[in-house]
Amino acid sequence: MWELVSNSIYAGVLISIAIGIIGSLIVINKATSITGSIAHGSFGGIGIGIFLGVNILLSTTIFTVLIALILAFITIKYSHRKDSLIGVIWALGMSVGIIFLNLAPGYNADALSYLFGNILLIQNSDLYVMVLVDVVLVVSIIFLYNRFLAMSYDFEFLKVRGINVSLLYIYFLVLTSLVIVMSVRAIGIILILALFTIPSLIAEKFTNRLYKMMILSSILAFIFISSGIFISYYFDLSPTPIIVIISVLVLFLSLLKST
Amino acid sequence: MTKALVVENLYFMYEKNFVLEDINLTLEDKEFLTIIGPNGGGKTTFLKLILGLLKPFKGKILIYNKSPSKASNFIGYVPQHTNFSLDIPITVFDIVLEGRLKAFKFFYSKEDKEKTMQTLKKIKIEHLKDKRIKELSGGERQKVLIARALNCNPKIIIMDEPTSAIDPNGQKEILDLIESLDITRVVVSHDLKILLRKVDKIAYINKKLILHEGPKLNIPKDEHFCEVELIDFLREVNVGVSE
Repeated sequence: MWELVSNSIYAGVLISIAIGIIGSLIVINKATSITGSIAHGSFGGIGIGIFLGVNILLSTTIFTVLIALILAFITIKYSHRKDSLIGVIWALGMSVGIIFLNLAPGYNADALSYLFGNILLIQNSDLYVMVLVDVVLVVSIIFLYNRFLAMSYDFEFLKVRGINVSLLYIYFLVLTSLVIVMSVRAIGIILILALFTIPSLIAEKFTNRLYKMMILSSILAFIFISSGIFISYYFDLSPTPIIVIISVLVLFLSLLKST
Repeated sequence: MTKALVVENLYFMYEKNFVLEDINLTLEDKEFLTIIGPNGGGKTTFLKLILGLLKPFKGKILIYNKSPSKASNFIGYVPQHTNFSLDIPITVFDIVLEGRLKAFKFFYSKEDKEKTMQTLKKIKIEHLKDKRIKELSGGERQKVLIARALNCNPKIIIMDEPTSAIDPNGQKEILDLIESLDITRVVVSHDLKILLRKVDKIAYINKKLILHEGPKLNIPKDEHFCEVELIDFLREVNVGVSE
């Protein structure tokens, strides 16, 4: 059995590290809808990659980072209407993906695997990408932890201190898009948002510092993912919905405890 | 001697309308300026221009002889405590430590942490250092933001409504603290009780600025002196409170 699930467990560890870090930043920066928009927008890159017959990882990375940059521009320049515009980009990315899939020859089952994901089908090449993104993320957070924390609490204060907050925010969204790209094959576009936010929402209630929130959130994410892998393996079900249902149950329990 | 703040012929426009017109103001080192005026009169806009968060349509702002964008090392900024999310996992110590952040500085030194402890002691909130911000009262939160601003070692501290949404005891403590600071102070307030303190200048902003400055204001310090009488007093000294 271990040979069959080993890659998914390794992927679970690598995704959990990334989710713990970026998910905590998403929650405290109230960037959940932007993350949803980037995640769904990434479908455009998948459609283009399939249509052009190029490396899907490459096309998805370029397209998703582009979506993140557009969203950063919108949220900085048009902050009073950002919620509606985030929804527009969400739909735009999906539409681009669907059109290019329509234009691509034949039936593209691969596209569906990106929508719903399957951590049990992770290949070695996927793991290498995950390691690379985790390294970039961990190094970034070591250098920028103090700035990210200050930005989350009071971005205006950082501006007054002479720090380029817009650039910092853009970098945060680019990191978010990289974590989405690395996780999309394992978790799937549709449910990625739940797994990015639920562990951090729970961890936020039990920690008094951001780094503790990141660590607890990573541990919780790994518990949810590994439980989902084993349950789906034994009952022959799709892993991502199982992972999400376990996460939501624990979230509700934590909400009951905190009230 | 270098002026703490010089504002000359300042205009600010929003959606083709002037929000501020022909604002002129000079502040000496260690003076205490209070800015009052009606809601929507441009007080906060003026503050954001001084802080360099907005760019003027026309005119000049100098803080200790530098433009706001180049004066970040001199400025301590205290926003309203009601503006922030209380759920963020951040301690009082971490918030005050943020005052040591600068451009191109990524890590805090041991000296930064020692200085932060000194600031917490100075403001008398060292016992709160490990508390989360949501566990504090409004007055305590405001003190934390003042401590963060002071932790920058500023020459000038700029505060936006420091006594809003705070109980009367907390308000008194905050005003005592502001009064005791030995640096230049610019305080925007809708609460006219601040004028009962040792303010050096009063600026009334409602699109234009009317300044009342020295000789020292002689506002009666009677605790029963009410806002209505204060407004009458301000009219007498030509601060120009609107009807």
